[in-house]
Amino acid sequence: MTASASTGAASTGATILPFAEPAAKAGARDMRPLRLITCGSVDDGKSTLIGRLLWDTKAVKEDQATTLARDSGSQNDLGLPDFALLLDGLQAEREQGITIDVAYRYFATERRSFIVADTPGHEQYTRNMATGASTADLAVLLADARAGLLEQTRRHATIAALMGIKQFVLAVNKIDLVDYDEAIFDQISQDFRQFAQSLGIRQITAIPMSALKGENVVYAAGDASMPWYDGPTLVEALELATVRSAQAGGFRLPVQRVSRPGESFRGYQGTVSGGAIKPGDSVAILPSGTVANVKQIVTFDLVRNAAVAGDAVTLVLDRQVDVSRGDMIVSIDAQPMTGHHFDAQLVALQPGGIEPGKRYWLKSGTRRQRVSVEPLSQLELATGNWLPHATALGMNAIGKVRLSFDEQAIFDTYEQNRATGAFILIDPDTLNTVAGGMITAQRTDLGGIQIQREGERIILSLPADLAEQLMATDIFLKRRDETSIRRMTASQASEFFSDAASDI
Amino acid sequence: MPLSAQETEIKNPPVSRPPLDPHLKALENEAIHIFREVAAEFEKPVMLYSIGKDSSVLLHLARKAFFPGRVPFPLLHVDTTWKFQEMIAFRDEIAEKYDLDLVVHTNARGKAENITPFTHGSSFYTDVMKTEALRQALDAGGYDAAFGGARRDEEASRAKERIYSFRTPDHKWDPRNQRPELWNIYNGMIRQGESVRAFPLSNWTEVDIWRYIQAEDIPLVPLYYAAERPYVERDGMMILAEDPRLELKPGEEVRHGMIRFRTLGCFPLTGAIRSSATTLEEVIAELEIATVSERQGRAIDRDQSGSMEKKKREGYF
Repeated sequence: MTASASTGAASTGATILPFAEPAAKAGARDMRPLRLITCGSVDDGKSTLIGRLLWDTKAVKEDQATTLARDSGSQNDLGLPDFALLLDGLQAEREQGITIDVAYRYFATERRSFIVADTPGHEQYTRNMATGASTADLAVLLADARAGLLEQTRRHATIAALMGIKQFVLAVNKIDLVDYDEAIFDQISQDFRQFAQSLGIRQITAIPMSALKGENVVYAAGDASMPWYDGPTLVEALELATVRSAQAGGFRLPVQRVSRPGESFRGYQGTVSGGAIKPGDSVAILPSGTVANVKQIVTFDLVRNAAVAGDAVTLVLDRQVDVSRGDMIVSIDAQPMTGHHFDAQLVALQPGGIEPGKRYWLKSGTRRQRVSVEPLSQLELATGNWLPHATALGMNAIGKVRLSFDEQAIFDTYEQNRATGAFILIDPDTLNTVAGGMITAQRTDLGGIQIQREGERIILSLPADLAEQLMATDIFLKRRDETSIRRMTASQASEFFSDAASDI
Repeated sequence: MPLSAQETEIKNPPVSRPPLDPHLKALENEAIHIFREVAAEFEKPVMLYSIGKDSSVLLHLARKAFFPGRVPFPLLHVDTTWKFQEMIAFRDEIAEKYDLDLVVHTNARGKAENITPFTHGSSFYTDVMKTEALRQALDAGGYDAAFGGARRDEEASRAKERIYSFRTPDHKWDPRNQRPELWNIYNGMIRQGESVRAFPLSNWTEVDIWRYIQAEDIPLVPLYYAAERPYVERDGMMILAEDPRLELKPGEEVRHGMIRFRTLGCFPLTGAIRSSATTLEEVIAELEIATVSERQGRAIDRDQSGSMEKKKREGYF
C-alpha cells in the first residue's frame, strides 16, 4: 500500500466500495510518468529522501536490500540500511561518499509512476543538475530545517526555474531535529516563497518532513508529531502534479529520417514536438517554405486520424516535395521563427567553458548546424542578477548569449515550446556536449545595423512618450541589461554625438 | 506534383489491438525516437539481440520505428554456446519470421581453449565468451552504434547510464566523464573507431516490459513460463538440467518441478524460480508481488558490489 493507505478518506472509500481498489490500480497507467528532479545542498538528506521514497513504495527488492545491508555494515538506529549506498552506483561515488553524476530512479504508486533524476548537490556538479532539470516536470527542493535556505538551494531553484520547471515542492527536511517546530517550517516556507516569486515560480507546495523517519514522505506523519500540518505528503503532492504538454501551440515535426522502402511509399518519420495534425491539414516544410497537405499518418499499428505532441509517427504528404533530415514540418498558420540570429540562455557544461566567437555545432531537434556564440551577460547565482559584459563563460556558468548562424535556423522560444526551443552545443574539437541552451528571442537586424562587440550600443533617439511606452513593455524589461537610457535635450544630444564621433 | 495513382496507401488491418495506455505509449514513443535518431545519425548501427524478454521488446520497437520499411540494421547475437537450447531455436525462428539480418558471433579463441563456465569460473568465462566476444564482433562488423536493451532500473551503475553511451575505440566506458545529455537531444558525433551504445529501454522498468509484452502480444521464449522441467540445485541456484554438458557433482541429483526463468542468459549461470505461472497474466501477477529483483538469478552480478560497473567499463553491455 502506498500513500492512499495513509489518508483516511482513501482507505474508507476502499472499504465501502469493494471495487475501488482494482479501479485505482487500473488508473495507475492513465497518466504519463511524472518526471521530477531532486535537488538541494549536500547533507540536506537527499539520498535519504530518495531511499525512503523507493523503500516505502516497495521499489527496493529483498536481494538489493541484502547487498545494501552487507555493504553498509552497520545500520542506523531505525534498522534501515544506508540509503546512499543504494543510490550512489559508481565505485568513485562510494569511495568519496558523494553523488557525482545524475542517476535515474523509478518508482510507482497505485495512481502514477515516477522517473526521478537524482542530481548531485555539490557546486562543481551544477551542470549535472541542469541535465536532470532539462526533462523534469517538477522539482523537489530540499532544505535542512536547521539550516534554512542555503545559497546552493537558491542556486538550484534558479537553475530549475531557468530550465522551465514550473512546479516546485519545498521539502523542509529533518523537521524532527527542530522538535517539529511549526514556526521554523513557516519561516523557511515564507523565505522560499519570497525568493521563488523573483524567479517567477508560482506553484509551490511546502512540506515538513523527516525522510529518515519516513514522516510525510509516503506516509503521513499524523498528529503525534505534527498536528499543525494537514497538507499533503510528498507522494500525494507528486501524484497531483501535472505533466507538461506541448499540444497547445502550432504543429511541429522535426524530420528524423525519410522512409522510402519502395517506389510506392515515401514517409517522413519523426516525433511530434508540438501541436496536433490530421490528414488534410496544410503544412509548410522549413526552411524551404514549400507547402503541402498531409495525406496519411502512418504507424505500425494503424493509420491514424490524428497525431499529437509526443507521438512518434510517419507522415505521408500529398505531393512530392524535397524533405530531408533536419527539416521541420509545421502548421502553415502557426509557424516557428526562422532566421540567422537568435538570443538564448545557456549553461556551460565543460571545463573549457564557452569561448566567444568560437564556432560550435548546434543541435536542436534533428537539425545540426554551425553557429558562433557571443556571450552577453552572466547570471550571478547567489543574487540572481545578470552581470553584463560577460566575455567567456566558465564551466557551470549560466549566460545570455547571441547565436549567429550561417544557414537559416528554426526555433520557437523555450517558453513556448520546450522541444523546439532547446538546443545543445557540441565542441567541434572534442565532439563533447559543452552547453545546453534555451532560445529566448529572435534577433531582428535593424536595417543591417549589428552590434559586433559586447558593450556596443545602437542609439535610438525617441520622443519621450514613445520611449516610455517602449520601456514599459515586457520584452524591453527582459532585455534591460542590454540597454542604457539617457534623457537629454536635442542640444545635449548633438554634443554627445560629436564627442562620440570618433567611436562611430 | 500529386502522387501517381499507382502509389499505394497503407491500409488499416481488419482487427487492431486496443490502444496502449498513456504510460506505455510515452515509453514506446521515446524508444522509437531513439531508434530513428541512431539509424539516421550513424553509418553502421547494429542491434544486440540476446533473445530474452528485453531483446524481444527492443526488436518489436525497432520493427515499429521503421515500419513500413524493414529494420535497417542487422541483429547481433553473441553466442557463448552455453545458451538454453530453446533460445537458439527461438532466435532462428524470429529472424526468419520477421525477415531480419542476423549475425551470430562466437569467440573462436575461447571455444578453441574450451573455456566453459564449469571449468573457468563465471567471471573469467563471462570476460572471454561475452565481453571479449562482443568486442570482437563489434570490431569485425565495423559498427559505430550498437543498440542494447539495458534498463536503468536493473542495477546501480546502469542508473547512471546515458541513452547514448559513448565508448572509446577499445570499447571502454568512463562513467566519470560521460557526455551530458539534455532534453531528448542526443549527441551522435564521434570519431573514427569510437562508438556509441544506445539504450532505447533506459526508462522502462521490469513491470513495464511485461505489461508491454502483454499489450502488444510479443512472442517470448517459453522458458519464461512455468513448466515441469528437470533441474539441479547448485550454489543456491536451480540450474536447468537438459544439456548433456552439465555434469552432476557428488551429492547432486536431477529433480523435476514447476519452474520458470525471470531472465535468460547462459544456462549454467541462470537460476530458475519455482513458479506456477504458465500464462503472461500469471507471470505479471507474480511479478507485482515479487520481493527480489530479477538480476538475483544472475550469477555474474553477485560476485561483488560494483561488478556490473567493472564489466561495463571493459565493454560489457
